[in-house]
Amino acid sequence: MWLWFHKLSSPPYAYRTAGLVRPWLFWPAILLMIVGAIGGLVLAPEDYQQKDAFRIIYVHVPSASLSLMIYVVMAVAAAVGVIWRIKLAHAVAAACAPVGAWFTVATLATGSIYGKPMWGTWWEWDPRLTSELILLFLYLGYMALRASFDDTQRADRASAILAIVGVVNVPIVKYSVVWWNSLHQGPSISKLAAPSIEGSMLWPLLIMMLAFILYFGAVLCDRLRGEILRRERNASWLSESLARS
Amino acid sequence: MQSSVQTTPGLGKILMLVLARDLRLAVRHWDQVLQPLIFFVIVTTLFPLAISPALDELRKISPGVLWVAAMLASLLALESLFRPDVEDGTMEQWVLSGQPLSLLLLAKTATHWLLTGLPLVLMAPIVGTALGMPQSVWPVLAATLALGTGSLSVLGAIGAALTVSVRRGSVLLALLVLPLEMPVLIFGARAVDLAMQGEPVAGPLNLLVALLLFFVSLGPFAMAAAMRISVES
Repeated sequence: MWLWFHKLSSPPYAYRTAGLVRPWLFWPAILLMIVGAIGGLVLAPEDYQQKDAFRIIYVHVPSASLSLMIYVVMAVAAAVGVIWRIKLAHAVAAACAPVGAWFTVATLATGSIYGKPMWGTWWEWDPRLTSELILLFLYLGYMALRASFDDTQRADRASAILAIVGVVNVPIVKYSVVWWNSLHQGPSISKLAAPSIEGSMLWPLLIMMLAFILYFGAVLCDRLRGEILRRERNASWLSESLARS
Repeated sequence: MQSSVQTTPGLGKILMLVLARDLRLAVRHWDQVLQPLIFFVIVTTLFPLAISPALDELRKISPGVLWVAAMLASLLALESLFRPDVEDGTMEQWVLSGQPLSLLLLAKTATHWLLTGLPLVLMAPIVGTALGMPQSVWPVLAATLALGTGSLSVLGAIGAALTVSVRRGSVLLALLVLPLEMPVLIFGARAVDLAMQGEPVAGPLNLLVALLLFFVSLGPFAMAAAMRISVES
């Protein structure tokens, strides 16, 4: 039963698998993004209060949830790498960090573009914005620590500990909405029982969410392949497979 | 911390020796112990110069100023927490000694708190008064700093253990540790702010206690894991 797991943790197999899986994630992601964009930007009705400005949530909300999700994925991969000493898991964690950081930047950028017409200011020291900024700092610290070691293995293990320690902060980010009340509106789609968003506005958002997740998967495959190439640059399987292709 | 000292007599003795050794070293290099404290006073002096000498304005920002200055002073002191021991090989002996490294490092962190956190707790009311903070807030200020600097010491020790083998690791240390410390800053400064407005402070104080307990119970494992990686090569 664990055979596939062990197989997947071997670099040549993972390199090939990531290459095979990637198009199956990438093209559906693009397709869903187009559908979601049409649904969100054209078909969804105007908000009676926020007019067209609310439409930025179709980028903002998926970016925000991915920025958190990727951090958790990164920490889990790092923990797997430390506990079972699987080098490939460390490569996954290393591949996650820049993607997550960029999603965090996208969240902050779309948030402040939204904030300007809605709140009349580019930046508000609102707890959710602030904790998103802290999340960006965590990503940057992680990447800085990783970059400061020459030896890949030590970089892997040291940054893994930082990722696990940092993941403590992710629930604080998430629950800061509850802890401090503020001007940021509370989450409107997680309340499944009675969502405070209308159906015609909701479905493009869910599609966009799925599209972003698939897109992350595709980018992760790409980055993982790059990471494997860098780590295994002296391995014989790599020169063999390159010679064959 | 006290209870862990008493679990087994052998280990308790070792931890007391670690504490005594670090305290003795601190007494012999007392000028190095003073430096972060002087830094704390200097940083708080910068704010009246930069903003305004009017006490009314300073009073409003004084909780934040004191807390940020305390955070930076605690960060500054972290640089020397593990580095001398790693450089002269003491830490390697500790790793090889067969004693639980996490507890040894926790004892070292506790000493570090006694030498940097506790003096900050004692000095903050005096500096606060200079910023126009009313005397009625002193107990709350001291309590938040006592609880908060404990958390800062543990989090900082994890960062220090991670970066101890990196050359010029001090900027990196700040980059790693400061974001993790932000919840402590939020609750600490908020409690003092609430106290100045005469409102109940139990909420943020309880959260500070919770953070401290959480970090003290889990932090040492992260410290030990980080130190093993740093000492390894």
